[in-house]
Amino acid sequence: MAEVLENKVNLPDVDQLIREQGYDDHFHEHHHGDKYQSGFISKYIFSMDHKIIARQFLITGMIWAVIGGLMSLIFRLQLGFPEENFAWLRPLIGRWVTVNDAGVGTITPEFYYAMVTMHGTIIVFFVLTAGLSGTFSNLLIPLQVGARDMASPFLNMLSYWFFFLSSIVMLLSLFLSTGPFSGGWTAYPPLSALPQASDGSGAGMTMWLVSLTLFVVSVLLGGINYITTVLNLRTKGMSMWKLPLPIWAFFTTAVLGLLSFPVLVSGFLLLFFDRSLGTSFYLSEIFVGGQALDFAGGSPILYQHLFWFLGHPEVYIIILPAMGIVSEVLSVNSRRPIFGYRFMVYSILAIGFLSFIVWAHHMFMSGVNPFISNFFVIFTLIIAVPSAVKVFNWLTTLYGGNIRLTTAALYGIGFVSMFISGGLTGIFLGNSAIDVQQHDTYFVVAHFHIVMGVAAMFGMFAGVYHWYPKMYGRFMNETLGKIHFWGTMIGAYAIFWPMHYIGMAGVPRRYYRFDTFEAFKHFGALNKFMTIAAIIVFACQILFIINFFYSIWKGRKVTSRNPYNANTLEWTTETIVPGHGNWEGNIPTVQRWAYDYNKDEREFIPQYVPVGPDEKDESH
Amino acid sequence: MTALVIFGIIALLAIVVVQIGKLSDLRSKIMGEEDIQYQNNDITGKLLVLFMVGFLIFCVVSALYYKNWMLGYGPLKSASEHGGSIDGLFNTTLFFTGIVFVVTQVLLFWYAYKYRSQRGRKAIYFPGSTKLELVWSIVPSIVLVILVANGLIAWNDIMADTRPEDNALEIEATGYQFAWNIRYPGPDGELGTKNYKKITGLNGLGQDWTDIKNLDDFNADEIVLPVGKKVRVRITSKDVLHNFYLPHFRVKMDAVPGLPTHFVFTPIKTTEEFREGLRQYKEYQAPSDPNDPASEPLWKTFNYELGCAELCGIGHYSMRRLVRIVSEQEYESWLASQKSTYMTSIRNSDEDPFKGQLLDVEVKARRDAFFSEVDKIIKDDNLIGKEALRLENIQFETGSDKLTAFSKYELDNLIELMVNNSTMTIELSGHTDNTGDAAANLDLSNRRAAAVRDYLVSRGIQAERMKSVGYGQTRPVEPNDTEAGRQKNRRTELRILSK
Repeated sequence: MAEVLENKVNLPDVDQLIREQGYDDHFHEHHHGDKYQSGFISKYIFSMDHKIIARQFLITGMIWAVIGGLMSLIFRLQLGFPEENFAWLRPLIGRWVTVNDAGVGTITPEFYYAMVTMHGTIIVFFVLTAGLSGTFSNLLIPLQVGARDMASPFLNMLSYWFFFLSSIVMLLSLFLSTGPFSGGWTAYPPLSALPQASDGSGAGMTMWLVSLTLFVVSVLLGGINYITTVLNLRTKGMSMWKLPLPIWAFFTTAVLGLLSFPVLVSGFLLLFFDRSLGTSFYLSEIFVGGQALDFAGGSPILYQHLFWFLGHPEVYIIILPAMGIVSEVLSVNSRRPIFGYRFMVYSILAIGFLSFIVWAHHMFMSGVNPFISNFFVIFTLIIAVPSAVKVFNWLTTLYGGNIRLTTAALYGIGFVSMFISGGLTGIFLGNSAIDVQQHDTYFVVAHFHIVMGVAAMFGMFAGVYHWYPKMYGRFMNETLGKIHFWGTMIGAYAIFWPMHYIGMAGVPRRYYRFDTFEAFKHFGALNKFMTIAAIIVFACQILFIINFFYSIWKGRKVTSRNPYNANTLEWTTETIVPGHGNWEGNIPTVQRWAYDYNKDEREFIPQYVPVGPDEKDESH
Repeated sequence: MTALVIFGIIALLAIVVVQIGKLSDLRSKIMGEEDIQYQNNDITGKLLVLFMVGFLIFCVVSALYYKNWMLGYGPLKSASEHGGSIDGLFNTTLFFTGIVFVVTQVLLFWYAYKYRSQRGRKAIYFPGSTKLELVWSIVPSIVLVILVANGLIAWNDIMADTRPEDNALEIEATGYQFAWNIRYPGPDGELGTKNYKKITGLNGLGQDWTDIKNLDDFNADEIVLPVGKKVRVRITSKDVLHNFYLPHFRVKMDAVPGLPTHFVFTPIKTTEEFREGLRQYKEYQAPSDPNDPASEPLWKTFNYELGCAELCGIGHYSMRRLVRIVSEQEYESWLASQKSTYMTSIRNSDEDPFKGQLLDVEVKARRDAFFSEVDKIIKDDNLIGKEALRLENIQFETGSDKLTAFSKYELDNLIELMVNNSTMTIELSGHTDNTGDAAANLDLSNRRAAAVRDYLVSRGIQAERMKSVGYGQTRPVEPNDTEAGRQKNRRTELRILSK
């Protein structure tokens, strides 16, 4: 597609260069017969090849995205059409719809809350952590740093299968007679600790805890691999300052995950003790179900600290990979170097560091000492600075470019738009005084859906459309992609923009219906509008799925090795979908940074091209 | 069948979609890929600008349309003193972020359009500029310093606890699945202690009744507060997390079991004043029931509300209480009409630690009542020797003339009367109901009246000033056919014979 856009400039022949200058690690001498990929099972199921694992993460993530999306439609239906007859949902969700004598079906509050909870858990962890970071860290880290595979392909395989196991446990919990966990994705005790307080806090919560603990194992196995690979397996010449931005983002993401997820597990462990062994870490002075319980001296706020010590880095674990992907996609498609490469790296690192010291901004109104909040307000709002740097750098990357408005680029632009819209509302919420009013209202829901839900999804779409040729050797269909983009872009704003208004009117989140309150019941029309928009956006995603699977077999074939005229190493492999070991011969060595676009008369200069004698190298 | 139709439609759509895809591929083959690329870029670029314009118009128009429903704007300005600073800070932030929002969104879409790939265009090479990076690090930093400084000043002000000289009213809100319990301190102005292990059907909060501060505390169905008075709400929970949320007052704080929290605020508008404020806005002139055009307008039915803002289970959405802000006088009269929880539901029940005893207030109230009746008789010569005064709380063991310890309260009153009026003579009379043998009853009443007299004698009152007489069942004050009636008839009476 894009290769014909550009003037053909005489570049040295890739193969010749790699043969002459590449690094021979004798890889293929040691891997005769390819023991890794002999049969169907070891090639496609229990594969240790990072590219197959990436596809496994992606497709599992897509399945979860559909499930999580459908869940949101169910509770959106309840919110948009609370008086409607939902008896027709009965074949799908059974007894969770109660039908009265007149034949009018109602979604039960238990089910509503279960859907809200599962939607959050699934999208945050399974889709935007595993599906996004899992997919692209796996696909791109070895390819872009010039490695044969991950440092430990076996742990990498385990990482996926722990995720798979975690998925299965979560999926099974949906079919419990007491229902899945329904106390919100943050699972605050005492609600999550006491089966007497909520049906879902019984077996549903147990399975939720088991599932997420398995998930953390998956994240840790993946993360340690990503870090090791980036630090130790970079090809010759690939200094840290020559790394493409996605790698910096994945690397930081993995560090964040490695430092924060264990804290979540420790929080879960104490919760498990309280639930099953009668300890009182989080529980104190509770009277529930007509009974005074014996717990004494615990603090529910301790759980919130442990949870958000992961929870806040987690939102950056979600958004950083998207930022990295978008930086690359925007740079390649605007044919401009990413503006302020080093500042982009510094801002990733700054965001990563700051993400560890802002967690209590989720807890301004939870009863922590208000004095402590002073520090968290300051640190939280400091994050706006590296975020602003990133936004301005993306804008300046577009400035003066020769932008190919491909679907991937559109999603990159959409990402920046969403990140601005959602990031700015964070400045309201991070200020504790404003949070007094906005905390736990729809303003918060609008904020984090735009800035981390929609934006991260957009980053993921940009990545999928952009690197699809690397995964399947074909392009996804551009026309369908663009319809998908416009439907999603307009639809996502249509869903989440009006939520700000409802939040500013003071309407709390997680309400099953609004007509119990005089103050909250006047937004029926807006709620209907958002529900209809959500249905349309979901329908657009079906378009994406059709396009995705159709293109695997029927998409337009990629004819050139480097279809986007990009500089990074993944486009130097002999076959467009690389086999095991990625490069058939030598590994290319790296001579320059990844962003020499339109530097001189050459339209692009790949990383393996040596720096000329009188040429200035940006990475020095 | 429906499922089949739906499935058919989906399948059909899928085919249409695939065909669109194929068509676009075919089109690029026929027209030449390069031309199609530039053409597509052009269309997409224009669409981006169109989207930007449409999006910004949508933002502004919809915000203006919903303005009067949003807190802080139109009629919904804060009804509390501190809320103004929150609304102000929100607007300051909106001002700065609004500028950034418009500028960056416009640049984003405009650049995407302006620099769209076109035949013959070459991108510039401009990989970075430390100067620019510093500009867009420092400018946001300055704005953030302003926002943080204002925010923290407001925050610490809002969160400051009450001082004794504030003379604040303290009430307590306790969340439980799925309602709020509102407790007022009563006349002593102090909330009594409580312990969740003491919770029973009658004692929903587990108040410790041996703590005297609890005895005048009362529970209210709604929060009623005087306008202009600083209120400290102590917020607690019985079971899971809740959140005490008063949207119109910009008040929000989690209720945590085992860890009381608080929020201090001062209401500045009565419910009536707030309604008047709504009245002039056409949004609030609509009928309150959309299906009934004749129903009261919205402004008239407006009420402040308390809700829950922390997920607490399936009834989370229904934890509503009304909040009424009234004038000082209305508040006082409302307070006077409230009865303490202890007196209405605990007193003399099995849970009452003071069962079988009179509380100091009751002793005092009885003393006041006793002497005011005595005064009435003494002042009117027509009543002397005629009017009988029922002695309350004089009790004997069943079937016996032995006084119980409880009788001491009234006997003390009697002694005080006799000591203060050293010449007074009285008659003490015993009465029974009609149960049992009449002669035995007469005897018992005689002995009981004498027992009272003997007690007074033992406390130093001259015997000759007191006459004791038993009337048995001959002088009932009520019919004897109910237990309540018989209860009234079993009594000891006092008659003043001379001053």
